[in-house]
Amino acid sequence: MSRMSRLFETLLPLWATLVALAIGALILLLMGADPVEGYTAMFTGAFGNKNGLADVLVKATPLLLVALGIAIAFRGGTINIGAEGQLIMGALVTAAVGVGLGESVGKWVGIGLCIAAGTLTGALYGAIPGYLKARLNVNEILSTIMLNQIAIQISYFMLRGAMLDPKQIEQGTNVPQSARLGRVYDLPRFTDIAKSLGYTESAKNLEIEGFRGELYGLLVEPTRAHTGLILAIVMAILVYVLLWRTTVGYRIRMVGQNAAAARYAGVNVAKYTTLSLALSGAFAGLAGAIEIVGLHHRMFEPEAVSAGYGFSGIVVALFGKLHPLGAIPAALLFGGLLVGGDKMQRAIQVPNVLVTVILGLVVLFVVSSEIIVKRRSARRVGVEKQTPLENPPLNPPRREGEKKEGKEAQP
Amino acid sequence: MNDELSLLAIVIGVLHSGIRLATPYLYAALGETFSQRSGVLNLGVEGIMLVGAFTSFYTVLQTDSLLLGLLVAAVSGAIMGLIMAIVSVTLQAEQGISGIGLYLFGLGLSGLLFKQLLGTPTGLNGFSEWRVCVPGSESLCLGNIPILGEILFRHSPMVYGAFLLVPVSWWILMKTQWGLTIRAVGQNPTAADSLGINVAQVRYWCVIVGGILAGIAGASLSISLLNVFQEDMTNGLGFIAVALVYFGGWSPIGVMFGTLLFSTVNALQLWAQVLDLPIPSDVAVMLPYLLTVIALALPFNRGEKPASLTRPFERGK
Repeated sequence: MSRMSRLFETLLPLWATLVALAIGALILLLMGADPVEGYTAMFTGAFGNKNGLADVLVKATPLLLVALGIAIAFRGGTINIGAEGQLIMGALVTAAVGVGLGESVGKWVGIGLCIAAGTLTGALYGAIPGYLKARLNVNEILSTIMLNQIAIQISYFMLRGAMLDPKQIEQGTNVPQSARLGRVYDLPRFTDIAKSLGYTESAKNLEIEGFRGELYGLLVEPTRAHTGLILAIVMAILVYVLLWRTTVGYRIRMVGQNAAAARYAGVNVAKYTTLSLALSGAFAGLAGAIEIVGLHHRMFEPEAVSAGYGFSGIVVALFGKLHPLGAIPAALLFGGLLVGGDKMQRAIQVPNVLVTVILGLVVLFVVSSEIIVKRRSARRVGVEKQTPLENPPLNPPRREGEKKEGKEAQP
Repeated sequence: MNDELSLLAIVIGVLHSGIRLATPYLYAALGETFSQRSGVLNLGVEGIMLVGAFTSFYTVLQTDSLLLGLLVAAVSGAIMGLIMAIVSVTLQAEQGISGIGLYLFGLGLSGLLFKQLLGTPTGLNGFSEWRVCVPGSESLCLGNIPILGEILFRHSPMVYGAFLLVPVSWWILMKTQWGLTIRAVGQNPTAADSLGINVAQVRYWCVIVGGILAGIAGASLSISLLNVFQEDMTNGLGFIAVALVYFGGWSPIGVMFGTLLFSTVNALQLWAQVLDLPIPSDVAVMLPYLLTVIALALPFNRGEKPASLTRPFERGK
């Protein structure tokens, strides 16, 4: 295969995204908006200044973590639509642990406990559909979707009851949200790191201008950008090692590729199916935990905390070709798309749900374009395929056009 | 507790709401039954319902014609179904994921159209109760039969339509040549192909019929049951419809019983809230979903899953 066509295949998700964006431009035109103006507002809004960039990184963090989980499940032969619920449960328990700790333990022990609790909860919540599939043959797509709704209701139940912020009771407003976690358990932001390294001057004072100034501002000045992203990237590398450098990962992928062959080779398929969904849930739960300690610092409306990451994470995973390292640029791109959608709404008054339309189209185009790869590789091995290798049927099925071939192949 | 409501009135109320609430699930799940029987898992039902709900709502708002609204919902459902068919049948894409893509597309599209064309939620006069009476009489009506009539015959035409669709779907799937063809394609596409059946064509029609019914399911919400449109108003209803197909063992009759069980539990929890029973509303809302998970896990025999479900068909493979 030529280098060009290999490049074409590798970048298929990118082409799919460009086509989706083109259709988005068409929709903008139909709505009477200028697509060039719209996409410019989207791009500069997301990537043109430090606050936009910070928001992109903030959104890329849960996107990347959820996508890692989705990729593990996919590689293990299951489809996890339940990241939304796993993320919510992870966030809920993280907030419960964080509030419960008060300020009783040190900063890092506290953050560690919070994150561990959220991750473990996500893993358990993912293990439920895993177990149901492995032992009782329950379709995991359906059970995870139901568990999403159940997670939302559990959250409301807790937030209106045991976890309700005492201040809400005092004021009599009773908005369903938890108390704020102790400030010591806030995940350090970029600006905190910069400060501890001795960088305190703003870009303005140092007279760094243009985009370099914005980049400097992102790293040094107070923005929402937090260190959860770094943790997420480390996790992406660890998932790569897990899947391709360990026995457990090898078995997960083996079960995903051919469960029957894996069983024949002595792999406990039920165990690894449960494990891959539990791992998948763990990463969604970790995403929820990071959202709490890094961004929101309290639990509130579960749908707003999950913010559709469970679904957009699927898009990210697909765009990254279900590879943990591919998910990193994908998360940044789609984080940019989400942030850019909000900015575009403000700039040219186009509802930001346009981004949801584009996400849907990206998914449809990416999964549809797989056939191009399949066709090409089929053509490459075409010579071997044309001659039936094993036991040709005595009465080969009659098909137009293939009739002759079949007869020739008969010995 | 409410004194003026007798136990009988509550039972009648719960069963009446149970039948009423079954409507959107029935349309969507029966459509999905056709799709899955032919071997295609259409997980995008939720998105199709949202598009159907909006297009019908907007049409009725503009033209005041309920039937035209229904027709528009069916047409937009058919178009969404066609998209799913192209992706999953011709392009042989992974069905679970492409369904999520279609869901996101429908969710975004209906929200976009709503915000652009309406902006704020408004109400309309949808289908009203359809009274079946002896000609020339005001009081000799089916709905006036004590208890049974009150439960069964005080509904809008959309409700009757949904229940009428159950025997019709059963008859088509189980008793006609078409049904046999559909089931053959879902069970063993290679064998069906060798008998000269056009597998792709059958699947296209089934997914499109599923899309039409999902569009109507959306309309049954926006112009019959609720008479409003809100963004994401289906709130997971379409996904539950897909689960009900599994639960009902891919048979229209089974799907109906599953739907009734689900919607009656839903009606119970709504009535429990109305009556101020000491059950937290969040737990009550959760019950139907929990029930679905448990029901899917119960090991009773619920019929054979179409053997080629989610497997794209390719000749010579």
